[in-house]
Amino acid sequence: MTKEASDAFAPGKTPHFEESAKVSLADTQLRHNIGKATRSIREKRAVSVEELPDWQELREAGRALKERTMRHLDEYLLQLEESVTRAGGHVHWARSAEEANRVVAGVAKSHDAREVVKVKSIATEETKLNEYLENEGMQVFETDLAELIIQLAGETSSHILVPAIHKNRAEIREIFLRELGVDELSDDPKDLTNAARLYLREKFLNARVGVSGANFAVAETGTVCVVESEGNGRMCTTLPPVLVTLMGIEKVIPAWQDFEVFMQLLPRSSTAERMSPYTSFWTGVSKDDGPQEFHLVLLDNGRTAVLADEVGRQTLYCIRCSACLNVCPVYERTGGHAYNSVYPGPIGAILTPQLVGIGKQGSDSLPYASSLCGACYEVCPVKINIPEVLVHLRGRVVRYRKDEGGLKGKLDPENVAMKALAKTFSDRRLYEAAQKASRIGQWPLARKGSIHRLPGRLAGWTEARDLKPTPRQTFREWWKSRNGS
Amino acid sequence: MTSAKEEILRRIRRATRDVSEGERPEDVPVERGYRKEDGASHEELVEGFTERVAEYEAIVHRISEEELPRAIAEACQRRNVERLVVPADLPEYWVPEGVEPLWDNENGRLSNEELDKSDGVLTGCSLGIAQTGTIVLDAGEGQGRRALTLLPDYHLCIVREEQIVGLVPEAFTGLKDTIKKGRAITFISGPSATSDIELDRVEGVHGPRTLEVLIVG
Repeated sequence: MTKEASDAFAPGKTPHFEESAKVSLADTQLRHNIGKATRSIREKRAVSVEELPDWQELREAGRALKERTMRHLDEYLLQLEESVTRAGGHVHWARSAEEANRVVAGVAKSHDAREVVKVKSIATEETKLNEYLENEGMQVFETDLAELIIQLAGETSSHILVPAIHKNRAEIREIFLRELGVDELSDDPKDLTNAARLYLREKFLNARVGVSGANFAVAETGTVCVVESEGNGRMCTTLPPVLVTLMGIEKVIPAWQDFEVFMQLLPRSSTAERMSPYTSFWTGVSKDDGPQEFHLVLLDNGRTAVLADEVGRQTLYCIRCSACLNVCPVYERTGGHAYNSVYPGPIGAILTPQLVGIGKQGSDSLPYASSLCGACYEVCPVKINIPEVLVHLRGRVVRYRKDEGGLKGKLDPENVAMKALAKTFSDRRLYEAAQKASRIGQWPLARKGSIHRLPGRLAGWTEARDLKPTPRQTFREWWKSRNGS
Repeated sequence: MTSAKEEILRRIRRATRDVSEGERPEDVPVERGYRKEDGASHEELVEGFTERVAEYEAIVHRISEEELPRAIAEACQRRNVERLVVPADLPEYWVPEGVEPLWDNENGRLSNEELDKSDGVLTGCSLGIAQTGTIVLDAGEGQGRRALTLLPDYHLCIVREEQIVGLVPEAFTGLKDTIKKGRAITFISGPSATSDIELDRVEGVHGPRTLEVLIVG
């Protein structure tokens, strides 16, 4: 899937989730890879979480800290700005993706940087920083192994944490042979990893500007934190003389000590490890150690709109662990591309439509990409009630269509159907009559106890699911006959 | 024209109108019911630390103070280390004979190329976390700046038993002073690793591919 084809953050229409899901569902290799990956991480995570007897207390503290932060976000951001500045860093504010990209490009240009090394950051994917810098004549090197693979392949990520799980080793070998200028290479992951190490080492040593995202930034001290496994994060945030970090405004946390909560919640939820291999904390500029110029860009780009929705606000608590992706029965089957967003899975289904705004065909379909089973809420380390937000957003989408759509909205089949249903469900006689009618009407459709295809406009319902037919005797009829009334 | 900063702050204040004027951040309750300290004996903590560091595929030895110089020399020999990066304030008696020390000090900073071409680095540490098998570096005594432990392919790290704490919260409490001084902190939990290709774990991507830890009692 190419970059242009699907992106809720790009102008223009993105496809409906069901359309994209069909494409993904037809790709058996993709389904196999995603299934294997999510199953494996899911099982390991459960073991890792089991180890902590105080997991529920940690979750509650994490949730509460985030709630506190969001309710007083203005104060915490001002405090963060002051702390970073005091420590020798520069803070920039960016209302939009464009504004953020301009700041980063400006810094890079002021140092005549032709090459920029980057550590995986979803915020910069959201703002399409790479494209922007390339248009400004710079070369951007993604240094996370998976990001490098998909960058070389010219594709987009399919999972927050393991963005290249849709590629197998043979495909990766092909890409490396083609793009890295190596002659001999086996498809052993060890050899493939070593090829990437050698290729990127040279980039790290020569880059004048490094770009990163942030997992957390502490208002009290100005300390920024990046959690990672491969060491490319350490490289990018240590070696280049200039470092620019782009973070969403919701990533701020109140105090240094609060890490005791988040650094227990994040690694176990995300990679199922007790602690990720490398975690870097830096505070502005340290004399003789690391970059001597540091810029922190605070990005809004729709986040304040999420903040304004009292139910949706909790979406901003997310620490991007991806545990919800790995337990989601919908994600497990469709993979990340079907969501047409840099934020896939259950969290993406609630974050994307709020960030880009209700009323866009593609992202409006995302709150429906769920069976509301609740597994995502159960694993969320900061207790985001994703099902609650999904239902809330479905309501906002339907209300939007009713209000904005005029006559067309009023005649929207879903609106009409919901109105008719509401009437039927609230009246006993109408409901019983409907059951009788459906039993008569369904006989040509039901096969072996289920309906695979509804006719006409109703076909949409059965496109991705089977329907149970109305039974020969309904519960109500059985109850009546039992009581002899 | 309003600045981006003013506008974002205005948007935030409008978005949080439901929060009453008088509410302070501390008014939002945060229940910290989780464990703050491990009740185990110190020997149990050291054992736990040793076990977990080893689980990350790092090489671990427990030794006594007297054995330290010889243990360092043997480790260097096994790796054929000839040029060893050493932070300026590392105890000199730690550097084995027959190994060329590359001192990194204020008068002579090693270049990235020199670090890249060295055979390894020898450092102390700030803390060890038993709960997670994590080694904490904070640019304090015997540790040097961050690049020293990043570019060489081999990291030999000395952890003293008394530096080992139990739980993650104890570590963050212990690092408060470092943060006040503005120094950078790195948590190392085993050598770098990736599972990006078919979820097959490969040890050693960009950082030192071999991590060896000497725990000194």
